Amino acid sequence: MTAASRVTAMGLTERARRAAGIAAEYADRVDVEGRFPSEGMDALKAERLMGILIRPEFGGEGATMTEIADICAILGQACASTAMTYAMHQIQVASLSDYALGSAWHESFQKRICEEQLLIASATSEAGIGGNLRNSLCAIEVEGETARLTKDATVISYGAEADAIMVTSRRNPDAAHSDQVATVFLKDQYTLERTSVWDTLGMRGTCSEGYIFKAEAPAVQILPRPFAEIAAQSMLAVSHLLWGALWYGIAADAVARAQSFVKAAARKSPGQMPPGALRLAEASSLLQLVKANVVAGLKQFAECKGDGDALNAMSFSVAMNNVKIGTSQTILTIINHCMLICGIAGYKNGTPFSLGRHLRDAHSAQLMISNDRILGNTSTMLLVNKQDTSLLG
Amino acid sequence: MKQAIRTLLAKHGNLPVAIESIDDNADLYDAGLSSFASVQVMLALEEEFDIEFPEHLLNRKSFSSVEAIAAALTEIREEQAA
Repeated sequence: MTAASRVTAMGLTERARRAAGIAAEYADRVDVEGRFPSEGMDALKAERLMGILIRPEFGGEGATMTEIADICAILGQACASTAMTYAMHQIQVASLSDYALGSAWHESFQKRICEEQLLIASATSEAGIGGNLRNSLCAIEVEGETARLTKDATVISYGAEADAIMVTSRRNPDAAHSDQVATVFLKDQYTLERTSVWDTLGMRGTCSEGYIFKAEAPAVQILPRPFAEIAAQSMLAVSHLLWGALWYGIAADAVARAQSFVKAAARKSPGQMPPGALRLAEASSLLQLVKANVVAGLKQFAECKGDGDALNAMSFSVAMNNVKIGTSQTILTIINHCMLICGIAGYKNGTPFSLGRHLRDAHSAQLMISNDRILGNTSTMLLVNKQDTSLLG
Repeated sequence: MKQAIRTLLAKHGNLPVAIESIDDNADLYDAGLSSFASVQVMLALEEEFDIEFPEHLLNRKSFSSVEAIAAALTEIREEQAA
């Protein structure tokens, strides 16, 4: 039995918990130094968790999105930067594994992801376009069998650490802004010239710097399906679900800390209900709402998976948007409750009840694809789409 | 019907190219139709033809081309007549 097969013989949750243990150990240091969470990511690679979503015939373990989300929630409780890096990687892998079927290059690349535990980044944001995923200014130029692309990418999370980057662009220099393709470029096929630094309030380890991206690669590395389809059917839904899962993880760890604070107070004064106890009950109820929201979204995604019509339906987009809005808003309320419970011990860094990192990391949730943009998008759909009023869907 | 669809696309579709240059079967999203504009066109069609798009037709495919919109409208009219 090889070392790799010994690892993969164990359950995904167990492997994720071990990696999370290491990520947790370095979480404060990653946050203070604003550096890539290399210990946590190395641990995920050692547990062979980078390629699990890929089909077994290409070397993966055929894991479901629900299983990936569970890993994100486990990591979110340990180190949000590690969890977010892992989630963003899996969003790219999901697009590759479902929207490059039959493409020999992409199939062999998936084998490499599994064998070498490669980390995939993404470059969608662009100067002049902002965060609108479905628009590109830059265009890929194909000459014979070679493709060339230059992109003024305002954000490439962990770009400097990635082994490959999936980049969106217009299909050709004559194409409309929304007529996009996605292309996988390998590390030795591109250069990155840094244009901005990542010194932020939270999520400080994702190192989401800006770069001028310049690449040349064989044209077969362009994904065969239009990016419009990948974005609508996979990328947006998977992002909201995996982010929601890791945001749940951040809030769950905050509630766990607040609970141990209340319990310690109860032990010190037997017979008296500690002052934060009621608030903890409120936080617990809100945490359950967040969990139910993510789990219901995962269930709906699993039911629609592989059914293009169901994934394209407006009601599906509305539901996924609602997962994002609900979780990103509610975790802030939860962590704020926890801060009130723990008081100065929560406000201070370096105590067992510190919540500063949680609160700062959680503030990114409303901004990663701005909630205002998502609410605008949902409100447009609700002009024609009837709200689903059934309880069970 | 296709002419009426084209007129509404020109008015509400906010397309970067002239509607005359787009074939009946050409992909409207590739031609630059945004999801916001597609909803505006959908509302205009509902008003023009006095219909309501049912849930199963509220997806990208129904609006992917002039031909697809025409097929969706035909289906809705047949359902309403039945």
